[in-house]
Amino acid sequence: MTTETTVTASPSQGRAFYRSQVFRRQMILAALVVALLFSLCVDLALGPARYSLNEVIAALVTPGNVSQQARVILWEIRMPVALMALVVGASLSVAGAQMQTILSNPLASPFTLGISAGASFGAALGLAFGVAIIPAAIEFVVPLNAFIMAMFTAFLIHALSLKRGVTVETIVLLGIAMVFIFNSLMALIQFFASQEAVSAVVFWTMGSLTKATWPKFWIALGILAAVMPLLARHGWALTAMRLGDAKAESMGVKPRALRLEVLILVSLLAAVAVAFVGTIGFIGLVGPHIARILLGEDQRFFLPGSALCGALILSVGSVISKIIIPGTIIPIGIITSLVGIPFFLFLVLNHKKASW
Amino acid sequence: MVTLKLTHVSARYGRRAILEDITTPSFQGGQVVALLGPNAAGKSTLFRRILGLLKGEGEVIISNTHAERPVAYMPQDTGAKAVLTVYESVLLARMQGRSLKVQPEDLAQVDRALEELNITSLGERDIGDLSGGQRQLVSAAQALVQEPEILMLDEPTSALDLNRQISLLTVLRRLADERGMLILVALHDLGHALRFTDASMVLENGRLIACGPTEEVITPELLRQVYKVAARIEPCSKGRPQLIVEEAV
Repeated sequence: MTTETTVTASPSQGRAFYRSQVFRRQMILAALVVALLFSLCVDLALGPARYSLNEVIAALVTPGNVSQQARVILWEIRMPVALMALVVGASLSVAGAQMQTILSNPLASPFTLGISAGASFGAALGLAFGVAIIPAAIEFVVPLNAFIMAMFTAFLIHALSLKRGVTVETIVLLGIAMVFIFNSLMALIQFFASQEAVSAVVFWTMGSLTKATWPKFWIALGILAAVMPLLARHGWALTAMRLGDAKAESMGVKPRALRLEVLILVSLLAAVAVAFVGTIGFIGLVGPHIARILLGEDQRFFLPGSALCGALILSVGSVISKIIIPGTIIPIGIITSLVGIPFFLFLVLNHKKASW
Repeated sequence: MVTLKLTHVSARYGRRAILEDITTPSFQGGQVVALLGPNAAGKSTLFRRILGLLKGEGEVIISNTHAERPVAYMPQDTGAKAVLTVYESVLLARMQGRSLKVQPEDLAQVDRALEELNITSLGERDIGDLSGGQRQLVSAAQALVQEPEILMLDEPTSALDLNRQISLLTVLRRLADERGMLILVALHDLGHALRFTDASMVLENGRLIACGPTEEVITPELLRQVYKVAARIEPCSKGRPQLIVEEAV
């Protein structure tokens, strides 16, 4: 036996270590929740009319005791936007986390699989030519178009992936092919569209939370709340998927069926998020990687951790987008990439252990 | 005691037949059975067929079982790099199909499996940092922790040094003797098969060409036919059968 295994360790030590690890992870999740609440309050406080954190908390806890103006600004105008940041961040991050898990690929995300590009194409059809794929109220034409195209892309990838001999690597390649196809179609739309339509399309693709309203928030939250328990139900199986299909199968997991179900669920999450706020590409890639570094890949912690990391990134992004140029809200998609990517690189390069 | 019997079992990938018409006597708990044969003989496929991962003609009959999932399978090493500790990865194998809440009994079984294979000290290590041999032992622990009545291991000793090969096979022998498990183990080392197993099945090109007590199955004629080597089997000074390979033919 090598030196490592001749060192005696009592069984109870292993259990004690495991328990301390679980406790540490619970604390990290709790810390993320606290950070998220703090970021939410700061996000609410910032804007053309500034409020102190005390005022924000007072308006949240006892809305009746603050001025009518503060109540309207905080509850009616800023709250849906701030909460939308949390839900969209969580949705995109969870979608990315599970795509990475089931495809065993660190680059998988709604963005790289073409789901965001599909959504952009659908939105651009509506913005440039007024095409409604399904007739709907004017407010919902663009999001519905985006949603339908995103789901169409996802199902196309599923359908192709069911062909014999298609591996997870092929699925990622299919996604990248989708991105290029939709980008070309977008270019075509912009070529034929009017000047104003082009700027509307460009603004949409930048991703902006200012499109958020209460009804959109409730829809996005509803989808997230419905999908999370369905994913959690497969917690052990999803964790096993990271050990490879052969290993997962030997443990009783059915990789193909699970991959299909999860791909549909997370496509739904990503499609709704992108449909309402436009393309925010970075969260789905980075949220899960940060969660993985902090919490490992046991889905009991990785799944909520991904959701919290994504929500936190987008909420902090929203705060930063308001303070860079006071009075101007820079589209959040730009901020998350500009600020988030250097932060992400810092984390990855300074992390002692390989996270993939 | 659990029993396993195969009757006319076949398996195919697409149109290609991998296993054809395999029928065995009834193996029972307490036995260690070697699955022998050259590369690509269909050993892994047979394991997957028994586990139900592959469909095909014939029947895999498992009787006298008390467990919901009586069979656990250790596949050949795949070298995955998930961000999990050894302890977590073994717990994971036990928790499949169970609730998200881990019970003290589950942790006790993880401890027991790690201890059984003498890898308790690896518990805190990340699985991505392990050597090939260590990964193989962890993989065995993942199968063991499921408390199976039938344990199938696909070349579990291929990455182990000699000491660990013997240790692992001794553990398997003990699991059969003391816990009454039926153990099916694919081996390339026929010397190990002679020493540690009760019965052997020999596969060649997807067909079962010999099956019975190991000492009767492993003969110079079979070695020449299946493994293309000239060899003798002689008792050592302690009277155990010893395999001496002379040359490839």
